[in-house]
Amino acid sequence: MKNWLNPRSTAGIALISVALVALPFVAASGGQAWVRILDFAILYVFLALGLNIVVGFAGLLDLGYIAFYAVGAYAWALLASPHFGLHWPVWAILPIGAGLACVAGVLLGSPTLKLRGDYLAIVTLGFGEIVRIFMNNLNAPVNITNGPQGITLIDPVAFGAFRLSGNSQFFGLTLSGPQKYYFLLVALAIVVIVINLRLQHSRIGRAWQAIREDEIAAKAVGIDTRNIKLLAFAMGASFGGIAGGIFAAMQGFVSPESFSLIESVMVLAMVVLGGMGHIPGVILGAVLLSILPEALRYGVGPLQTALFGKQLVDPESLRMLVFGLALVLVMRFRPAGLWPSPERRRELQETAR
Amino acid sequence: MDIFLQQLINGLVQGSIYALVALGYTMVYGIMGLINFAHGEVVMIGTLLAISVAGGLLQAGWPVALAGPAGLAAAVLGCMALGWGLERVAYRPLRNAPRLTPLITAIGMSIVLQNLAMMVWGRNYLGFPALLPKAGFEVAGAHFTAVQVVIVVVSAATMAGLLALVYRTKLGMAMRATAQSPAVARLMGVDVDRVIAAAFVIGSALGALAGVMVGSYYEIAHYQMGFMLGLKAFTAAVLGGIGNLGGAMAGGVLLGIIEALGAGYIGDLTGGFLGSHYQDIFAFVVLIGVLMFKPSGLFGEKTGERA
Repeated sequence: MKNWLNPRSTAGIALISVALVALPFVAASGGQAWVRILDFAILYVFLALGLNIVVGFAGLLDLGYIAFYAVGAYAWALLASPHFGLHWPVWAILPIGAGLACVAGVLLGSPTLKLRGDYLAIVTLGFGEIVRIFMNNLNAPVNITNGPQGITLIDPVAFGAFRLSGNSQFFGLTLSGPQKYYFLLVALAIVVIVINLRLQHSRIGRAWQAIREDEIAAKAVGIDTRNIKLLAFAMGASFGGIAGGIFAAMQGFVSPESFSLIESVMVLAMVVLGGMGHIPGVILGAVLLSILPEALRYGVGPLQTALFGKQLVDPESLRMLVFGLALVLVMRFRPAGLWPSPERRRELQETAR
Repeated sequence: MDIFLQQLINGLVQGSIYALVALGYTMVYGIMGLINFAHGEVVMIGTLLAISVAGGLLQAGWPVALAGPAGLAAAVLGCMALGWGLERVAYRPLRNAPRLTPLITAIGMSIVLQNLAMMVWGRNYLGFPALLPKAGFEVAGAHFTAVQVVIVVVSAATMAGLLALVYRTKLGMAMRATAQSPAVARLMGVDVDRVIAAAFVIGSALGALAGVMVGSYYEIAHYQMGFMLGLKAFTAAVLGGIGNLGGAMAGGVLLGIIEALGAGYIGDLTGGFLGSHYQDIFAFVVLIGVLMFKPSGLFGEKTGERA
């Protein structure tokens, strides 16, 4: 952080900023679908960074992370849709969603404090499934979540009369809905990245690292492991809750299907594949893993036609097949992730020797 | 009372299947500390292989008494090869990698297998050929079928066989040694690579057997069936104390019974507020409850702290 203002980083930051601003317009030339893919990539960056606090910093393997995302999304969906006839403003719902997710995080965290490693993984996984099953079934006898049909017609993010859905004009420039969400998401992602960077080397961040490396030693040097672990769960969950809220508003629709275990697993894969605990790595992992399946969606079908003159296999399953293979191969050749932190790479080389 | 008995029987049947699948997880975990997330897909592929082979032979006019065993054999052998290949391709190169790395590989393989199965067998539900007579029995007001009896008996026999293998043979001794310490086992002349491969192969064979049972029981199969089954079985393994063979068996049966009883009684218990579609929740609620008080599972040894 201290080298922030040297000329090289300044130039780098300027370049990245220009690229970030230009990106949605470049993507729009390929159709609004690509802007939406970008939106989701950033949403996943957001989620992956939240999970990175739990898994990467504190070393707590969480396979139920998507539950917090779901809590945030349903909080938004229920408070801003015709389902209950409520249309609360964004600054009320987003904190409520984050708060509820945070409470859920602590609820999950407190009974699992004694567990370690794989036991923790399976309990968090179970928690995620419980949340999903409840959302799937809480439509009778009192209709709260509308069950498997989900909730539709959810309000978009709006600041006063300015809505983030639909086109609007800025200084003669027309911005589409996805493009506006893009800028909102980038702003939020920057906030999360800064929080993550600041946390990493703070007192709390170092306490997390100590717990990750050796919990007993951490306890022995006076770290309140119970509270610090709960804090990791709570913070990760809050980020998940905020991301969920934006997701609901952006989609205008939520259903339990969006919050299945495979989503948790995908976010975890982003964190691990990018380089656990290393913020640039996690961002890279999230962007790659969210764009790759979409890119394959557009690439696999035409490629088959070009090579064989017809569709040999269902492109949908072929793209997931390639995706799965990519996961296996990356881990095979870069076991510490694509972009691990320098310390971690050193540790690995030492143990390998 | 007859609901109780009926659900107990249903739970025992479902639990035997869970137990067989759970053994696959627990053997691999006990020996190399890895959650083989792709195990559920191995079970699924076993079921679909059995459908193709047994169904195809039945259509070709073979009698059930031959087509059934042929389907089972194809499933078991196919899955053994698959398990061996999985270990070889996905896990062996990562023996010394960070702990989470093989987990991601396992997830990747799971996605690959699921989509391969979808390409081969399609998206639709497939009917499982009837291999056993549909005879039913009535005892004390509870109804059960020949399939259910066969499932419970075969599972029990298989598990007894597995215990004999692990505690009475040289390979079993090598497995237990490797589970305690691969490095020391290697020094004692154990071929650790072979032992690990054997754990995968045996686990996959059990999974294939379980897959054929699930198929015969529900008479239906699907390329996504492995996921929930694997998840429940893994839950059962953790419930019993992962890495512990007896624990996996007990955990599986216990989980099956809890689920069945829970589904049977939840309506009465909550005054009709929650219905039997909450069945899937029991597995996880019980799991969380048990782990809160016994963090290493019901029969897991207290390993203390492992660095």
